Amino acid sequence: MTSVMIDTGNYIAAKAAVMCKPDVVAAYPITPQTTLVEGIANYVESGEFKGDYICVESEHSAMAACIGASSTGVRTFTGTSSHGLLLMHEMLHWAALARLPIVMCNINRVIGPGWNIWSDENDSISQRDTGWLQFYCSSNQEIFDTIIQSFKIAEHAKVSLPIMISYNAFILSHTSMPVHVPDQKDIDAFLPKRIPQWKLDVDNPITFGNIILPHEYEKVRKDMQKSQEYTKKLIPEIAREWKKKFGRFHGDLLEYYKCDGAEFILLSMGAIGAESKVAIDNLRKEGFKVGLARVRTFRPFPQEEILKLSKKADLIAIDRNISVGMEGALFTEIKGSLYGKSDAKVHGFIAGLGGKDVTFGDIEKMCKKAIDGKTKDHQVWFGLEEG
Amino acid sequence: MKKYDCVTTISYPKKGAMGKTGNWRVFIPILDKSKCVKCLRCWIFCPEATIIRNKDNTVDIDYDYCKGCGICANVCKVKAIKMEREGKRK
Repeated sequence: MTSVMIDTGNYIAAKAAVMCKPDVVAAYPITPQTTLVEGIANYVESGEFKGDYICVESEHSAMAACIGASSTGVRTFTGTSSHGLLLMHEMLHWAALARLPIVMCNINRVIGPGWNIWSDENDSISQRDTGWLQFYCSSNQEIFDTIIQSFKIAEHAKVSLPIMISYNAFILSHTSMPVHVPDQKDIDAFLPKRIPQWKLDVDNPITFGNIILPHEYEKVRKDMQKSQEYTKKLIPEIAREWKKKFGRFHGDLLEYYKCDGAEFILLSMGAIGAESKVAIDNLRKEGFKVGLARVRTFRPFPQEEILKLSKKADLIAIDRNISVGMEGALFTEIKGSLYGKSDAKVHGFIAGLGGKDVTFGDIEKMCKKAIDGKTKDHQVWFGLEEG
Repeated sequence: MKKYDCVTTISYPKKGAMGKTGNWRVFIPILDKSKCVKCLRCWIFCPEATIIRNKDNTVDIDYDYCKGCGICANVCKVKAIKMEREGKRK
């Protein structure tokens, strides 16, 4: 039996997190994440959340508290956004290097100045090298399902890495949608209690995060890479186990939409990824052979799948972020994945920074511009460049 | 020791887990046993537990792990321990 809950992305995330029965949640409120932590606080009040809720004085402390709690072998969850995520930066590296399976929601919001609370991916993209896995969601249902799957992925013995689940400010965080919520007992069966490989235990003392010599440190980094590579197999396995049990599937590392016979394949993330489906439908109706591969996981980056797509089609990338001095991160990494192995063209666009609306009409225009070969080998700032 | 499925930075406490840290030393504590009054302040204050307490409450210094911080010399009431630069010792 499942029930249907109509609520905002943040309240849905709070529901999913509580259903995973974390032992510790430590969080600090920040717009547009605030209602997520308020949602969890409501479950403390109603008695539905039985773990410890630690109110901290900053995001740096929130992540530090999660690190401490997770080190004792228990399940931990937190959420943040934008400047809050940036304040966590040092601790994000620590959580990953200490191999702690913390799950966190990050509501993608602009970095200031200028002060702006709307949707933009630059906060999470700037944390891509911390060692965390990064998921990008495109609907409230996907947020719910991804949070529960993420604990299972993060806590897998061969992974033991933290996961960041990103979704768009307001477009998802504050928009109500119907979401199917399974019974608690079915979620318990899918997600058993965490079994830590090691833990902080006074009866069996272990030194954590001690000094290690250069040749040993290199092995630690290499093993993180090995674990992220392993998740390229594990994420699809768990997504399919979820599909079998609950009947819903949002894609593996990528979600493919109308890619059969496509001569151009659009790659986008988050809410733009969902909006892209409408654009693809319209373009197909007009006779353009365009498909969509929505990027669900930015880390691990789906290099092999993107290379495979490039054998059949040219690629179009839309970035809602910019690595100033270079280009949008998705554009760079797609090209890096193809280097020396594919002759496909990659057309890049930057769109939707600062929360600027990206409609299906805009996406259609970008696709047509790429199909007409008008991107001229540089990433186009959509709406800011002539022609 | 337990085998894990991933590589991380934990270690089980044991003597010399980081190797012989005594070779980090710049200054070395030299104990004059004729001055020692067996008060054990050096044994209490040594942060690395490298003052060895004997049965008769006399002390020795474990030079394999003493990092030469000088706290023992500082807390000694009778100045039985003095610090000398490493390498100058005869």
